[in-house]
Amino acid sequence: MKTIYLDNGATTKICPAAEAAIKEANEKFFANPASIHHAGIEASKRLERARKTIANTLGASPEEIIFTSGGTESNNLAIKGLSFQNPSKKHIIASKIEHDCVLNSCKWLEERGYEITFLDVDKEGFVNLQQLQNAIRPDTLLVSIIHGNNEIGTLQNLQKIYEICKKKKAIFHTDACQSFTKAPLSAKMADMITINAHKMHGPKGIGALYIRKGIQLTPLAHGGGHQQGIRSGTQNVAAAAGFEAAIKEAQKQKKQIKNMQNLRDYFIKSALKIPNSTLNGAEGNSRLANNINISFAGVEGESVAALLDMEGICCSTGSACASKSLDPSHVIMAISNNSHERAHGSIRFTLSASNTKKEIDFTLRALAQAVKKLRKISPLKR
Amino acid sequence: MYNKKVISRFKKPKFAGEIKNADAVGEVGNLKCGDIMRVYIKVKEGKISQIKFKTYGCVAAIASSDILCELAKGKTLEEAQKITGRDVLKEVGEVPALKVHCSILAQNALKKAIEEYKKKSQ
Repeated sequence: MKTIYLDNGATTKICPAAEAAIKEANEKFFANPASIHHAGIEASKRLERARKTIANTLGASPEEIIFTSGGTESNNLAIKGLSFQNPSKKHIIASKIEHDCVLNSCKWLEERGYEITFLDVDKEGFVNLQQLQNAIRPDTLLVSIIHGNNEIGTLQNLQKIYEICKKKKAIFHTDACQSFTKAPLSAKMADMITINAHKMHGPKGIGALYIRKGIQLTPLAHGGGHQQGIRSGTQNVAAAAGFEAAIKEAQKQKKQIKNMQNLRDYFIKSALKIPNSTLNGAEGNSRLANNINISFAGVEGESVAALLDMEGICCSTGSACASKSLDPSHVIMAISNNSHERAHGSIRFTLSASNTKKEIDFTLRALAQAVKKLRKISPLKR
Repeated sequence: MYNKKVISRFKKPKFAGEIKNADAVGEVGNLKCGDIMRVYIKVKEGKISQIKFKTYGCVAAIASSDILCELAKGKTLEEAQKITGRDVLKEVGEVPALKVHCSILAQNALKKAIEEYKKKSQ
């Protein structure tokens, strides 16, 4: 059975260029970049070259880029690091559709005396800007809003959000793990930006946090004072090199974003021909180029995903049955006025540039069959 | 994640569907928890002569509904009423801890159907 991988929002296959860069770095630059000998200096140079590429991509300077282990760590560092550094301000704003690592960092702070405002989103998943403006108070330390939503693909208007934050003197952080290299993103759009490598064909285990010059963070890991003391720990030169190579590869293939968008829109249009189906998230340029998320009334997502898996198709679902907590997707709940049926019946497909129309056609057929089969045995009348 | 038996029963359930002129129907669950199970029975000479189910739910919920039907078919109402979640689980085999809940729901739907039948025939 051939695998049709449509779960690139979960993770991607590493690209050959990144693999080659990792291999080269492991061979030539294995020394500790903090060491004072020539081998260490060479490793440090290789590491800093990667940092510079990432900085350039965002229009930032290299000192503003801190490598981390990935998106979760970057988000934790931004939120907790800023909070620990500024104990006098105890109000944080986030949206209701943040990734769990942002939500749970905020909730963890909430248990420790912080006040968190979770902003509503509209039915397409856009943050209510007026509500944001009204929510910012003199003691608001941070606003953290995800750029491209990992479940429903909605891309927030970062410029507008940042304008409001600047005007009202709150620091703005965005989690851009899904959108990095897939949508316009720069250091002009936020004070802190989380990015990672494995969502864009780089290696797992490395990410970065852009931190605007002047913003101080308390480190979460204390140690040898690496990376300006913000993130101690021997740096992973090879992973950084792989991250850099994946970025360069993505930049070479800008045309592929357009192709991916076309394939996405074809998928959405065709899948919505299945009766009683609803698109989750925004459309067009306000949607991640690779994200498709559709709810099918009367069926449960895990069962749909299981039937597709039997045909070799990898996808994911917002159903509670597939989650570890038995709670349905908080993102779909937030955009659907808490419709359990929408959340339980949601299926997410996330493309990569290498997916073909043939694969999508095969998937669409399997999807229609799966929904039909499950509806036949569903007690819910549709 | 699921054992072979669960997968095969999910893929090709033997008792899925409805009985148009059922003697009784029992339903449990709700949309909030993500599982709804409906069991249809026909009773002949005190025994369950026909049984079918309709389930909205995950792989474990569908497979265990099917297995429950198999366990109940041919049994007297008294015997069928005594089928426990543990009996179903024993037949289902190993399921992830979080799926135990969905695997034992079906027998409650059957119990409801039997209660309804008894009420009707009083």
